[in-house]
Amino acid sequence: MRIFDPHIHMTSRTTDDYERMAAAGVRAVVEPAFWQGQPRTSVDTFVDYFDSLIGWEPFRAGQFGVRHHATVALNPKEANDPRCRPVLDLLPRYLDKDGVVAVGEIGYDSMTPAEDAAFAGQLALAVAHDLPALVHTPHRDKARGVERTLAVVAESGIDPGRVLVDHLNEVTVRLVRDTGCWLGFSIYPETKMSPPRMVELLRTYGTERILVNSAADWGRSDPLLTRATGEAMLLAGFTEDDVDRVLWRNPVEFYGQSGRLDLADLDGLRG
Amino acid sequence: MTPHRLRAALRGVPDPRWLDAALRRVATDPAAIARLFATAARKCGRGPLPDPPGWTVDEAARALLLTALPAGHAAAAESLYRYGDAAEKRAVLRALPLLPIGAECVPLLHDAIRTDDTRLVAAALGRYARHLEQPAWRQAVLKCVFTGVPLAVVDDLAGRADGELAAMLAGLAAERHAAGRSMPADAADLLDRLGAGSPSTTIPEA
Ligand SMILES: [Zn+2]
Repeated sequence: MRIFDPHIHMTSRTTDDYERMAAAGVRAVVEPAFWQGQPRTSVDTFVDYFDSLIGWEPFRAGQFGVRHHATVALNPKEANDPRCRPVLDLLPRYLDKDGVVAVGEIGYDSMTPAEDAAFAGQLALAVAHDLPALVHTPHRDKARGVERTLAVVAESGIDPGRVLVDHLNEVTVRLVRDTGCWLGFSIYPETKMSPPRMVELLRTYGTERILVNSAADWGRSDPLLTRATGEAMLLAGFTEDDVDRVLWRNPVEFYGQSGRLDLADLDGLRG
Repeated sequence: MTPHRLRAALRGVPDPRWLDAALRRVATDPAAIARLFATAARKCGRGPLPDPPGWTVDEAARALLLTALPAGHAAAAESLYRYGDAAEKRAVLRALPLLPIGAECVPLLHDAIRTDDTRLVAAALGRYARHLEQPAWRQAVLKCVFTGVPLAVVDDLAGRADGELAAMLAGLAAERHAAGRSMPADAADLLDRLGAGSPSTTIPEA
């Protein structure tokens, strides 16, 4: 089973995780820039964070045979902090980098006017840099958050086929599935979404334009839940080709739209 | 290494006109280098060049872009390094000896040597490292041995290796020996040449 985790925060994970992921078949990851669990207080700390996402973390991943790409953005939570907002002016510089395959995570946290401005502005950056966009959906007031998200996406003029709407569930998937956007599901150890529920969603909606990720970060999360979902799919009667489509070909197709995905010389790709 | 030689080596890139245009642009519009530097690998490629050995296409193209600036080379190198990805940082380090600058970019070497990215450590030890003070240079050479970077990357190793470096290498050899591990062959050879081949005779007193 070859696995591409399209959303995982490796900066927060240990080398044990990299070893276990590689052994489980994870060959490639995308690490979106996001909130790090505690407030940042200056633009310089974002520079160091982005620097790590395009330098140190790909090097670390490479030691385990895992190919690492990133998405870069000002996340919705910190879009509300005037100390962080000037990072928007620095983003164009990072959006030119080889390892940056999308603008993200953008979207809503508390649906404030500051979040509106940052979201719309960064969708425009995605269009200007010819990059896809990774859109986080809020954990609170989720259904209305998704509706508002889709309205902003539609207004931006970005091709919906270049937008991944993430952290969906049984309720919000219905809002997104006919918009042409890609559907992202984050599988967590508890709550949010589990492998059996994910299998049910795949039964209902098929495997097209669906991405499954672990969204593992500094909180309680599990980077092997992509693999667990693949195994649950097989047990439920999906074919190996279905699993390969969801866990490999779909993320490759989505992020491949950047023209910057580099999967050359990776071992085990025929897995 | 000279810009002329790199230019000749890049005649065969897939899109030589992009590089020609980028070099002309940088000469007249220095601020354009940030974007051109970032996109150079996608435009020119990343493979190894047959000549000069040890250079990749993207490193050579980026180094040429830096040399094409009309002025302000040190400031541009610092900025491109600060905001660069690992490959861009490496290209800046490799370009330093080709630029009309003095020792003002030594802080970039310190930054690179401090990292645990072996590609950056290696790139920091080229000819520009002649500006690096001897204690920092010895530590960097020792770090290469620690992390498995071949000593062939170190410019002027034979001329600069001294008794103090020999003592440091002998100490490492003794630790490795005690742990049942070996020294890399190139480091063991260097130690021999420096006349401190037998760790048992050179273990510093604790
Ligand atoms: Zn995330």
